[in-house]
Amino acid sequence: MIFESLSNKLQEALSKLTKKGKLTEKDIDTILREIKLSLLEADVNFKVVKKFVKNIKEQAIGEEIFESLTPGQQVIKIVNDEMVNLLGEKTEDIKINQNNITTIMMCGLQGAGKTTTTAKIGKKYKSKNQNPLFVACDVYRPAAVKQLQVLGKQTDIDVFAGEEGESPLKIAKNALNYAKKNGKDLLLFDTAGRLHIDEKMMKELEDIKDIIEPDEILLVLDSMTGQEAVNIAQEFDRDLDISGIILTKIDGDARGGAALSISSIIGKPIKFVTTGEKLDDLEIFHPDRMASRILGKGDVLSLIEKAQSSFDEKKAKELEKKLMKNQFTFDDFLDQMEQMQNLGPLDQILEMMPGANSKKLKNIKIDEKEITHVKAIIQSMTKEERVKPDIINGSRRKRIAAGSGTSIQKVNRLLKQYKEMKKMMKNMNKMGNMMSGKKGLKLPF
Amino acid sequence: MSNIITKFKDGLKKTRNNFANKIDDLFSRHLKIDDELYEELEEILIGADIGIEATLEIIDMLQVEIKKEKIQDVNKVKPLLKKILVEEIKFEENFYEDNKSIILIVGVNGVGKTTTIGKLSKIFKEENKTVLVAAGDTFRAAAIEQLEKWCQRADVELISNKEGSDPSSVIYDGINASKARDTDILICDTAGRLHNKKNLMKELNKISRVIDKEYPEAKKLVYLVIDANTGQNGIVQAEYFKEVTNIDGIILTKLDGTSKGGIIIPIQKKLKVPVVYVGLGEAIDDLQKFDAEKFVNSILNY
Repeated sequence: MIFESLSNKLQEALSKLTKKGKLTEKDIDTILREIKLSLLEADVNFKVVKKFVKNIKEQAIGEEIFESLTPGQQVIKIVNDEMVNLLGEKTEDIKINQNNITTIMMCGLQGAGKTTTTAKIGKKYKSKNQNPLFVACDVYRPAAVKQLQVLGKQTDIDVFAGEEGESPLKIAKNALNYAKKNGKDLLLFDTAGRLHIDEKMMKELEDIKDIIEPDEILLVLDSMTGQEAVNIAQEFDRDLDISGIILTKIDGDARGGAALSISSIIGKPIKFVTTGEKLDDLEIFHPDRMASRILGKGDVLSLIEKAQSSFDEKKAKELEKKLMKNQFTFDDFLDQMEQMQNLGPLDQILEMMPGANSKKLKNIKIDEKEITHVKAIIQSMTKEERVKPDIINGSRRKRIAAGSGTSIQKVNRLLKQYKEMKKMMKNMNKMGNMMSGKKGLKLPF
Repeated sequence: MSNIITKFKDGLKKTRNNFANKIDDLFSRHLKIDDELYEELEEILIGADIGIEATLEIIDMLQVEIKKEKIQDVNKVKPLLKKILVEEIKFEENFYEDNKSIILIVGVNGVGKTTTIGKLSKIFKEENKTVLVAAGDTFRAAAIEQLEKWCQRADVELISNKEGSDPSSVIYDGINASKARDTDILICDTAGRLHNKKNLMKELNKISRVIDKEYPEAKKLVYLVIDANTGQNGIVQAEYFKEVTNIDGIILTKLDGTSKGGIIIPIQKKLKVPVVYVGLGEAIDDLQKFDAEKFVNSILNY
């Protein structure tokens, strides 16, 4: 995941602080140098790094942390605040015009992921009862229109494409008319990739902008971009006055320098990040949560939201009831496991846990195969066996092992785990209502 | 290569922001060779994505040379820097495609693999070689159509299957067609994949093994395509790809007026893999064989 390497280095540097009772100015300087190097290695723009380090130093000295009893904690707090500053302070969604057509113009360099991201945004807002239309303004790249059409089919969203040889301007204009006639209320204009210093092509974007007067102009930027990221964002912003940024491919292990640099330099928010190849892999960007993820404090809020959106609420309620009455069966077990898998790969989930994003986690390999085995075992049980596991005797065990392609030992282990789980549930119920909801959940920071 | 870059500069904004201008500006502002000069140079090099480690090494070498040659004139620093950069980038081993080769094009998403294949085909065609292309990106929407258009432009034949089919089987078909037609060079496209996705990397490993097994008589070359705008992540990309399939060369794409492609210095150093081609733009003949000296000349405005 993005920021992993930066996160490890920063945490290492900062952990030295917490061990110290008192800090000297020299201690601060050493730490700041380490912070500086890890930021530079993470592709953070060197101008941003310079300012970042300077700000921290000034604040650290200004707050007289040397006198404080927990100087380390205070420095970490300053670093955290500055990090949020860099990432942009608040979360910003797309502005949707309630009574009118909303127009969004996508722009960026070649290969940043504009077309795919266009489809992802369309899908997201379609599920929020918008009636989107994709407009194919990339007439240059071979098969770009076709790509958008394929994605349109996958998301069940109409695509407006011009005739062969039509200019992007004309296509944009016609699309607006088409939208009005056909009741479309969210228009996404996919434009061709272009270099930020290509005057002619940038002029084309300005002309398209004049025609559609977009509510949002979103710059799509590859999160793996190096030092040039800042210049790219600055040029696009200068020519088009963009309204926000979308960072793509953050499921790679990019160091995240672009994310930490551009927002603070051009003063425009990062609105979304894309986290995978599936068309659902689009997330709203939360600067504060990202900052705590970088500093190893986890991202519990995102985890809860993710769980809420992928868990079926009705099923959860039913399960709660069953747990209370201690009627938890293997069917429920299977259900739970499938819901967990809906959350995404387990290591991605673990990354959001507080304190998880450290080097230690690297040694823990989560075996998704093991889960598949468990599922296969349960699926090889009869309906009766799933509800009344007590009837599973030796010959049934043999049959289940053969049916699931595993071994009797594995079946035994699962049965034992199930029993223990039930016992645990019983104790939990005795202890009182543990399932009282999220209100009681306290964040560790 | 330098004339191509000039060709590029025509349509582009006169920016003070590029590497060469920054270097020239640096040496014109400073009258003395002092710590300040080194510090600013360090910033420029880091700003070109060369990375800290390689940057500090370059500055070190520069300081040693300056001391050794007892240089005091600021104007003599730039030629020295050029010499060091060429040495850093130059790669002794210089190999290219044989008359019977299979080239596998790999890389993360959006680096320009498909476009590069179109351009490569053109180069080989001009060398009077027969070329066949296999559409191994069966994942991304309309990737096959995109490759089809490039193959039409380069006038080479494409072997393809449906979107969603097994990429290894497309490559297998490509190999059989190549054998039947006795083609000189078979170029295989693959889907873009982030290097940290295990399953996708396994798939690549499988493709690589299919080639070893089915086409042992051809020289197998795996080219990793890297976007010149890539930051330090480029090193990790190269390392991961090298783990699943041997990498024989790097193709650096989108090297134009602004991106400096500094990332190739640490990549070449760490992985000992040479840059073989550079892509300079969207036109079909914007791909060139890489030459360290010309490359450094063009980024330093010589």
